[in-house]
Amino acid sequence: MIPELGQFALIVALLLALVQAALPLVGAWRNDAALMATARPAALAQFGFVLVAFVCLAVSFMTHDFSVLNVARNSYTRLPDIYRFTATWGSHEGSLLLWVLMLTFWGAAVAVFSRRLPDAMAARVIGVLGLISIGFLAFTLTTSNPFERQLPAAAEGNDMNPLLQDWGMIIHPPMLYMGYVGFAVAFAFAIAALLSGRLDAAWARWSRPWTLAAWTFLTLGIVLGSWWAYRELGWGGWWFWDPTENASFMPWLAGTALIHSLAATEKRGAFKAWTVLLALTTFSLSLLGTFLVRSGVLSSVHAFATDPARGAFILGFLVVVVGGSLALYAWRAPRIIAGGGYGGFSRESLLLANNVLLIAALGAVLLGTLYPLVVDALGLGKLSVGPPYFNAVFVPLIAPALFLMGLGPLARWKNGRAADVAARLKWPFAVSLAAGFALAFALGEFKPWAALGFFLALWIAYTVGLAFRDRLRGGGAMPRAFWGMQLAHFGMAVGVAGIAVVAAYSSERDVRMAPGGSAELAGYTFVFRGVEPREGPNFHAMRGIVEVGRDGARVATLHPEKRIYTASGMAMTEASVHPNLFRDVYVALGEPLDDRGAWSVRLFHKPFINWLWLGALLMAAGGLLAATDRRYRLGRAASRAAAKLATQGA
Amino acid sequence: MKRLLLALCLTVAAGTAPAMDPDADDPAVEARLVELAQDLRCLVCQNESLAGSQAALARDLRREIRVQIRAGRSDREVIDYLTARYGDFVLYRPPFKPLTWLLWLGPLVFLGIGAVVWYRLAARRPAESPPSPDRLADAERLLEDRHP
Amino acid sequence: MKRWLPLAAFVLLAGFLAKGLFLNPSEVPSPLVDRAAPAFSLPLVGEPARSFGPEAMRGRVWLLNVWAPWCVSCRQEHPILMQIARENRVPIVGLNWKDDAGEAAALLARTGSPYVAVPDDRDGRVGIDYGVTGTPETYLIDRDGVIRLKHVGPITPAVWRERFEPHLKALGL
Repeated sequence: MIPELGQFALIVALLLALVQAALPLVGAWRNDAALMATARPAALAQFGFVLVAFVCLAVSFMTHDFSVLNVARNSYTRLPDIYRFTATWGSHEGSLLLWVLMLTFWGAAVAVFSRRLPDAMAARVIGVLGLISIGFLAFTLTTSNPFERQLPAAAEGNDMNPLLQDWGMIIHPPMLYMGYVGFAVAFAFAIAALLSGRLDAAWARWSRPWTLAAWTFLTLGIVLGSWWAYRELGWGGWWFWDPTENASFMPWLAGTALIHSLAATEKRGAFKAWTVLLALTTFSLSLLGTFLVRSGVLSSVHAFATDPARGAFILGFLVVVVGGSLALYAWRAPRIIAGGGYGGFSRESLLLANNVLLIAALGAVLLGTLYPLVVDALGLGKLSVGPPYFNAVFVPLIAPALFLMGLGPLARWKNGRAADVAARLKWPFAVSLAAGFALAFALGEFKPWAALGFFLALWIAYTVGLAFRDRLRGGGAMPRAFWGMQLAHFGMAVGVAGIAVVAAYSSERDVRMAPGGSAELAGYTFVFRGVEPREGPNFHAMRGIVEVGRDGARVATLHPEKRIYTASGMAMTEASVHPNLFRDVYVALGEPLDDRGAWSVRLFHKPFINWLWLGALLMAAGGLLAATDRRYRLGRAASRAAAKLATQGA
Repeated sequence: MKRLLLALCLTVAAGTAPAMDPDADDPAVEARLVELAQDLRCLVCQNESLAGSQAALARDLRREIRVQIRAGRSDREVIDYLTARYGDFVLYRPPFKPLTWLLWLGPLVFLGIGAVVWYRLAARRPAESPPSPDRLADAERLLEDRHP
Repeated sequence: MKRWLPLAAFVLLAGFLAKGLFLNPSEVPSPLVDRAAPAFSLPLVGEPARSFGPEAMRGRVWLLNVWAPWCVSCRQEHPILMQIARENRVPIVGLNWKDDAGEAAALLARTGSPYVAVPDDRDGRVGIDYGVTGTPETYLIDRDGVIRLKHVGPITPAVWRERFEPHLKALGL
């Protein structure tokens, strides 16, 4: 009953999406207020029905309804409660439903928070979101129906993939999809601008908070995925340039370029056509990512169960949406009137430089990710492109961008003077450089990349401090947007420092340990006390006991586990971590080596790894602050007046 | 240097023999192995390096690489040994050859194009400023001359 | 005209992605094709005193089938191999990859053996020389000891017809 209800709700949602797409867009074209007015209610209703469908799927999982194929494939009676719920999105079909839920959620949010937008623009934005919804709902209902029944019902499920039975799984996909899908709003705004032919500072001000919000979620989503991989995969790494990781990183790079480009468009009317193109590109990359991960064209640890038929559908959708939007861009771009000029060292030109670097980096990642496919498609053989390539090309492109982070906020709009900025920053530059080198020596062996990382981190932090000092001295206002920018940049500095240390100064050992044996790593002593069996709700485990000490004092007792999950028979290593601000001590069990209780054990010392997560959190906090700046939350009367001016004016 | 390192490791790790897999015994060989294996692909995994993978074939290949290193082969020779058997697919660092010129030089090209764009948009164009009274007067005169 | 560039680039990309749907990214071609089959000398399963090496098959076209007792797909292709053995066109040598010789012998005794010889590659060294990554994998080797074809996965009637037969015809069989 409930699965049928869910399926029915999805069908209704599809119909509503059709309404949401067709009526408002026609209404905006014909200037028909009645048609345009259908946008908001349609968006809210569509969200409602998709939510119903989602709840139905969740209930099927929570009640172990194994007559639903998806539940039978991905759940298990003894799965702990919280994972019973998260299994709702633990498969291709379920995660697709989550995607659609997020999309309709953003649509509903636009419907609610767009009162100050001119009706035509709101209608177009919501209409475009409806179009995207049609595609995804159609895809779900035809090729990936989560409510498909399996009769007679299975007696027991196949269990959720053990890798997903972790609390990173609870938040990573929702955050990631909120980000991925959130950029659909920026995309919709760009299409609306192209359709109406009107692109001005007001447009930039309307689309900016939505873009910042999406960026914030994507940042969180990516970082959570990285944190989860670090803890769950047991090899101490946190980024592998795997195609799935790249699939989320590319929209992030484009999105970062977009929020900076939007700043110039909002403030000075600069880069209008470029900003529109970027908005289209960012969401297109989200869609490309969805394709890459679900179609099987690239081999990845993270790929969903792949199916070329599904791949073909998504590709078709991609061609329609991306191709259509780029064709619209090519056709309508000449109508966009360029904004004011700016000097060679103005904030605009520095932002342009930032965009150039970010897009070059994006290009490099895209090239590396797709090259094996292109070479194979041309019949030229099989290649692998892995971390050595990406690290080699990405770091030199991103380092100058990080350097610019120190200059940009201090340069003036329109007419910066290089001499002024250089004079102010001579001292910070020298101090950061010296301190960077000193730190690299202090931490042990001198590593040039680490020194560069420290220099850049200190440089950014210093210039953030300078910006605050200037504001306080000048008595200027410090709105949320200001705090947001500084906090996000500072977060980046913290993250870069963390990466510099952990990449250069981590250590690891793979040791054979007999009960009572010990090993040393980075000044810590690890004593192995053997393993004991433990029963989990849906697994059997061998639980190790490792005492960690330093300078004679006990620091922690760690319990790495080797688990065999009952339903699937899959083995999993559950690493044990002792974190603090300055390092993680991390232990993972390998294999039993003999009959007398010896095991191979992997020991890791990861200095400053938590600065990565911390830095990313600060960046997300900064994004949130910037998105909720007062000027985006004008009172009703003021916003109505602004909207009126906008429709009359530009 | 190797001996010093070895001695240090042995004194420090009293009671255990360091081992990445039960075969290993020489930390210097292990260090070189890890460096090489990080850039090599585990062929039976979806997307993991030879250094990190616990698959049986990965362990065998690491064992072979150890043998090669101990026999005094250079990094280049070890890599050639593997590509002769498994092809370029086993390399995570694509070799620089005509097939991959585009790959390795691409980012440079992107940067170059971007720099040119930046130069043309930002560096050459001075900011607009309101025309000075003299220039305004000149302009008016020119207009009058054209259209009396 | 620059405004058409993004669309053009996307169309090119979409073309590659479409082609990509028909490819398998994990199917890796072997660099050993058209090269001499690596030499080896291994004891035979069941008769450790005797040994086998590829030079013993010089002058004949033959198949090297890499298999293991624990391998399920190998059992699937077993009937086809028996059929090929019965036809007496191409002898098959079965390389026992990384498993116990006793188990291999017992399994062959039970199910029948399509092999003229079963060399025992206990530690997988020979497998590495041949670029083996799993079982079953089959190599077609010609009279001069050159590898002409490598097939990854079980041999099915369709595979035999479409991949192996053309090569056999070319070799005059």
